[in-house]
Formats: sequence, structure tokens, C-alpha cells
Amino acid sequence: MHDSNNPLIRLAKREGMPKGQVWAIRACSFLAAILISALIFLLMGHNPFGAFGTMIVGSLGKKTAIRQTVKIAIPLLGTALAIAPCFKMRFWNIGAEGQITAGAVGASYFALFWADKLPSPVLLVVMAVSGAICGGLWALVPAFFKAKWGTNETLFTLMMNYIMIGVVKWLQGGPWEGRPGSQIIPQFDSAAVLPKVLGVHCGWIIVLILTVAMFFYMKYTKQGYEIAVIGESEKTARYAGMNVGKIIMRTMFLSGAIAGLVGFIVASGADNTLYSGVAAGVGFTAITVAWLAQLNPFAMVGISVLLGVLDKGADTLQTQLAVPASISDIITGIFLFCMLGCEFFINYRLIFRGSHKEVAK
Amino acid sequence: MEPVHAIELRHITKRFGTKVLANDDIDLTIDRGEILSLLGENGSGKTTLMNMLAGIYLPDEGEILVEGKPVAIRSPKDAFTHGIGMIHQHYKLVEVFTAAENIALGLKGKEHDRKAVAAQVQAISDKYGFGIDPNKKVYDMSVSEKQTVEIVKVLYRGAEILILDEPTAVLTPQETERLFNILRAMKADGKAIVIITHKLHEVMALSDKVSVLRKGKYIGTVNTNHTNPQKLTEMMVGHAVTLNIDRPQAQYKDLRLEVKGLNCRNGEGVSVLKDVSFQAYGGEILGIAGIAGSGQKELLEAIAGLQKAESGHIFYYPPHPNSDIAGNHVPVDKAGEELVGKTPGQIRKVGVSLAFVPEDRLGMGLVGGMGMVDNMMLKTYKDTPGPLVDRKAPKALAEKLIDELEIVTPGVATPVRRLSGGNVQKVLVGREIASAPTVLMTAYPVRGLDINSSYTIYRLLNEQKMKEVAVLLVGEDLDVLLELCDRILVLCGGQVSGVVDGPSATKEQLGLLMTHVGGGKEGAQDA
Repeated sequence: MHDSNNPLIRLAKREGMPKGQVWAIRACSFLAAILISALIFLLMGHNPFGAFGTMIVGSLGKKTAIRQTVKIAIPLLGTALAIAPCFKMRFWNIGAEGQITAGAVGASYFALFWADKLPSPVLLVVMAVSGAICGGLWALVPAFFKAKWGTNETLFTLMMNYIMIGVVKWLQGGPWEGRPGSQIIPQFDSAAVLPKVLGVHCGWIIVLILTVAMFFYMKYTKQGYEIAVIGESEKTARYAGMNVGKIIMRTMFLSGAIAGLVGFIVASGADNTLYSGVAAGVGFTAITVAWLAQLNPFAMVGISVLLGVLDKGADTLQTQLAVPASISDIITGIFLFCMLGCEFFINYRLIFRGSHKEVAK
Repeated sequence: MEPVHAIELRHITKRFGTKVLANDDIDLTIDRGEILSLLGENGSGKTTLMNMLAGIYLPDEGEILVEGKPVAIRSPKDAFTHGIGMIHQHYKLVEVFTAAENIALGLKGKEHDRKAVAAQVQAISDKYGFGIDPNKKVYDMSVSEKQTVEIVKVLYRGAEILILDEPTAVLTPQETERLFNILRAMKADGKAIVIITHKLHEVMALSDKVSVLRKGKYIGTVNTNHTNPQKLTEMMVGHAVTLNIDRPQAQYKDLRLEVKGLNCRNGEGVSVLKDVSFQAYGGEILGIAGIAGSGQKELLEAIAGLQKAESGHIFYYPPHPNSDIAGNHVPVDKAGEELVGKTPGQIRKVGVSLAFVPEDRLGMGLVGGMGMVDNMMLKTYKDTPGPLVDRKAPKALAEKLIDELEIVTPGVATPVRRLSGGNVQKVLVGREIASAPTVLMTAYPVRGLDINSSYTIYRLLNEQKMKEVAVLLVGEDLDVLLELCDRILVLCGGQVSGVVDGPSATKEQLGLLMTHVGGGKEGAQDA
């Protein structure tokens, strides 16, 4: 009787769900994403099977298609790796966008002004180092303020993005402008372009090496251990005698340096020049990649390839089936929504009214 | 005809998640004009059960009857409608408001008529002898006054049934006695009162009936004058226990730590330690007593190097290599090592170890999401050469502790957050002891522990004392401090209020020292 006074649905936290069940839920959510997308295709008047077929073929069907997909996945993976240590530390670095751009600027300086003075391999190494240092220093600024005065890192890193993009716009129209009035920085000399391996610029090798290195760093090094402790509880870290401010700054420098390296890879390998959109939103999408992978570097490889497939596939849909660009964005959104949403069901249990047994009165 | 109870609980069951059965088929009655003690160890489900009356949780099964009628209590507001008011352990008051404003808060229309509210509050206060000033701001109040405001707030809203969750945890002995008098006056007025507690002497002093819970199950209800602490303990624990704490005497006592004129300010620049001076000896347990927030935490942190000292000295005297020739209290031939200015890491290497158990038990000494192995190396991970962590030694240590202290855990990799409170504290204290300290500082090591686990911790502290370690113990339970410690240092508002001799001191003496520097007129003789 009084049971009807209970709320209709309640939430209960659950812990320790068996692994098999966890993956079953994830598979279901993936299936749900496919079904919802299929519905959208139907509403748009397309055959869902055909549409999905187009996406798969468009992203993985041919060698050139695969190369395109990989090219999308490289910066995503690299940046997800970059922000992983920060997020593990619960330092919300959403400034990867700016750090990538800063790295691209650092690399471009040598590409533009030192290309004729250095042999190509040396030049590329110098560009990579310069990119990493610039990205790292750019990330160090908010970390320094956080460590010294406890500023809010989320807002700080976000704002830093716009400053760096503004800097590149100024370079484009000012000191680094190519043909006067063009507002464009000239193409890099071929010596400053990353060589190709298996048809794609060799950035993919760099990020794969980084994946293994990051896994090892987080799991087996003292620095990785410190990051994990601070992420769990800053107080505990302080009690254990860790210099929390120093560790925050060191980790952010590392994070920014990897993002900067990604900036170098994109500018040198993919764009062959520098422009204000060099990061192209990767700094934000990489947050999704990192979370979906639960900060596991190897899972990030799979997720960034999956996003690459979605992105390239949606692109093909646009050109081949004349589906509007907004629809392909919706499809990507549905997939991300379902995949992130299923984590909720892994962590919580819904209890419906009347689902438990009544006690005899 | 059966008499109608103020509240009757029938077959109440509450689960958290799938594994935790917090309340298992509990029946309980609460009557007017009676004080009922709800007794049980931590985690026995006392607070959970009462939270269902206060509208914070919903029972999974069973029913609640108020004045004989079944009701559903879905929110604290529903609870008030049925005349049930609960005073929680953590007060929910707005600091910048006055007592009267806090009491009127949330009552529609009443906020604007402060004079009327103040008058009514005064009336309630006079009736039961609360002695509160309705116009005093909460930030100017002591803990005991804040508690009083919470009680008046509940009465003002017309509560006939009052539930108090561990009301004496933060009070001095004198304040406790005053609270008990108020509760007796309310009982005489026909109110039903429940106090949740695990302190036996309070149960005996205050209540008419005692209901005992153990591990979520209802064990029984007895009349207070038909029982005694020994019997109640057996009901609580489930088997016979001896209630005496040992106080062995160490053979030698050596000066180990000397604090001289220590002053500290906290992050906001407020002075938290004022001219603190004392000595701690190896081979003794020095208790540190005081009202919560009197500088206990800051003192231990300052010694451990976590709190910057503004002025003053902390000298450390290493144990004599050959303790046979070290006599009693003769440190004069050795120069002390200054600890002020050293980093926490350097101080730890000297042999000073700190095990602080905060309110949430995990926050400071352990990492909840990590397993025992990773927690073992929290303070020592830097000691191995190279950039990589070495998990071999910590793993061996974890296994050793599980073995020696009978820690119950599915494995060394299980996050310590999943362990029960007693096991978590064994992990923490065990780790500190394993570092073979010469000064062991521990704060609230038995916080929230059941009787058996508490005695294990006392035994561990005594073992360290017998190894001529200087043990500094910050505690909240004065009875335990009096039984366990050789000397007790009392802090009051960041100052040393007095040092008393453990075996001869009384609770009243401590209570006075806790509230007045020097213990007021009666004064305490320095031991």
C-alpha cells in the first residue's frame, strides 16, 4: 500500500560487476548506436545498410581510404596520450588545443627559417624538440599558477587556447606571412616534411611508440605513481611528503610537450604548413578518447581508430550519398553518446517501484 | 489492547548495493516519556536505521508506524510532519546567520518575522534550560552551542520524537552532563528520545531502555537498570570481552622529542599553536587531549614537517645505541637534532612517523583506490634507486601485515577502500609501525573501530612503547586516554593547558583543562 509512495525509479551504486557483463553492456550500447543511426538514415530516406556500407568502404575499403582514416586517428591518439597523465592527476587540462598549436609554432619556426641550413633528419629532430618544448612551456603557465596560487586550471587552460590561436593568426598576417596580403604562411621546404612509411607520414610510428611509453610511464615509474596518488587525494600525497606543486608542473610540462609533438606531427606531416586551425578541435575530441579508454593507452589506440572510421565514413557519406554534413555529425554524436552513456549503467543500477518482494503484513 | 507506541518499526530491511545488508529485518519500538539508547558498534546499522525515520533513506522492506498508523517517510519534511526530528553528527547551520535565523530557515513565511521567532526560541530555551541567545551568530558559537541550536530547531518545528546521532562525540564531560540534563527535562515533558551511541557509560547514565544492534541485526532490548556494561558489551560484540586496557611499564624512559616555544599559523594566517612546549620520552605513551580543533592536528603536522613552524624549536634525540647504560630521563649529554626546517621526507628518515586517521579514514594516510601494495610504498617509494618503482618489498610487507595483524582482504591488490574500517586502520597503523619508527605519532587510530579491532590497535601501541618508541596519541575518548597513556598533554585553543599523569588523573580534571588554560581555579598539578 505505502509502496506506491516510493519514487518510480531509484538509483543504486554498484561495484564489482563481472568483466563479461561489462563488455556485454558496452556491446549493447554499440548496437543501440547502430540502431538509432539506422533510424536516422531511414528518416532521411536512405537504406541504412547501404549507408553503413558506404561508411565502412569509405573509411576502410581501399588503401587510400585506410591511409586517410589513420591520418585522422594519429593526432587524436597522440593528444589523448598527452592529456592522460593530467586527467589521471585530476588536473583538467582542456588546453591541448593551444598546446598543439604552440608546438606547431615551435616546429614551424625551424621549418621556415632553418630548412636550408640543416640536413633534413637533423632539421626534423630539431623541429620535434622545439615543438615539444614550446607545447610544454605553454602548458607550464597554467600549472605554475595552479601550484602557486591555486587558480582554476579548467578555465585557465581553456583561455590559453584562444591566446595561442590568436598568436598564429598574427604570425599568418604579420612576420611569417608568405606572399604579402595572402594571410598565409608558405609551404614548408620538403626537408621539413615528415617522411612517409607505408603511405602515411611516419607520425603513426611516433604515436605508437608513445602509447607503449605512456603505458609504461604510468604503471611502472615513480613519477607515474606520484601522479596516481595526487589524483586520488592531494592531501594523502602531501602527507606522504610529495611536493605536489612540483609534480603538477612537471606533469603538465610533459603533457604539453606531447601535445606540442602532436602539433609538430600535424604541421610537418599532414598540413606541411602552419595555420590557425592546425589543432582543428583535436584537443577537445581527444578528451572523449581519453575518457572512453578510461585512460588506458592501449584502449586509446582502438578508440581513436574508431573515431577515425566514423569521421572518414561520415565524410564519404556526404560526398557519395549527398547526406548533409550535419547528419554525419549527428551520427558521430550518437555513437559517442551511447558509448559514454553505457558507463552509467555499468556504475549504477536502476530500481523500479514494486520490483522488490513485498513483506507480509 | 496493546498500548500505541510513538514509533514502531516492523521488519525494516535496508541494503546498499548488492553486498551490504545495513539493516536486516529489524523490529523496534520507541515510546513517549522515555530515553532509548540505540547501541551498537560502528557499522552495525544504527545511523542507517534512524536515517530511515528522518526521511534520508527509504527502507527496502518493512513498514514504519507513527502513533499506530503506517506512514511513508520520503523526505526530512515528511519526517517533520510526523513529529520526528533528527540531530545529525555534522551540524547543518549557516555560519553567518543568528540562532533564530537558522531556526526559521526554510519555514515558509517565518523568515520575515524574526522577532516572533526569537521570542518563541527564547520560550523553548527557557522551558528546557538550554540557555541560548537567539540573536547570537553561529560563527561565534562553541560546538556545544551549535548542537543546542540544532536541538532547538527541531523542537521549534514541533518534533515530539527526537533522535540524536552520537551527540556527545564532540563535547567535554561538563557539556555532556548539561546535555543529559536537557534530555531528561524533555523526557519529563513527554517527548520520545533516541540517542545513538557506542559509549556504554552514557547508556547507563542516561537511558531507560537500550536496544542493541549487531552487524545490521536486531539483538534485543533491555531495561537499563536490569543490565550492566559487561552484559551490554557481550550483546554488542557477540561474545565476552575484557574491558581493561593494559598499561605496561617500559624499563627505560629516554628523552626523544623536545618541543620548545612552538608557534604556528594555518593557511589563513590564524595562529593555531601558541608557545607550545613539552617533552616526549621513548618508552611512554603521551596522550594528547583537547576539544576537536584545539591544535592537535597542527601539532602533529608541525613535528612531521607538514606544517610550517613560525618560531620555536623541535629537537629530536636519537635513542642511545646501548640502552643498557641509558638511564631514566638523562638526555643531557646528547645534542638534539633540530627538526624545524626539515622536509617531511628528511624527518621521516630520522625515525619520526605519523599515522593520522582523518574523519573519512582514508583521506590522509592511505590511497583508497589503490591496493595494499601501492599503499605500503607511499612513503618509501623514493628510497629505491632509479626512476622505476619497486613493488617487491612493499608486496612482501603487505603480505606480512595481512598475516600478523589478521587483515581481512581478498588480496593485496584489492583497493583498500573496499576493506572494512578496522582493516583499513590496521593497514595504516601497521605500515607506520613497519617503518620501525623511534617516534610514532598517531591521531584517532581507533576512530570508528569495533571493540576487538580497537584492542588490537592498543596492543600494537603498547608493543611500540615497550620497544622504547615515543608514542604520541591524539584521541577523542578520554576514558581510553586515561587507561592507556602514561601522561596526557591537554591542548586548549592551541596552547598547552596542562600535562597530567595518566594513572592518577580524572576525567573532570581533563575536562576543565580542555576548556580553560591551566584548568581554571581548581588547576591541575603538573605531573
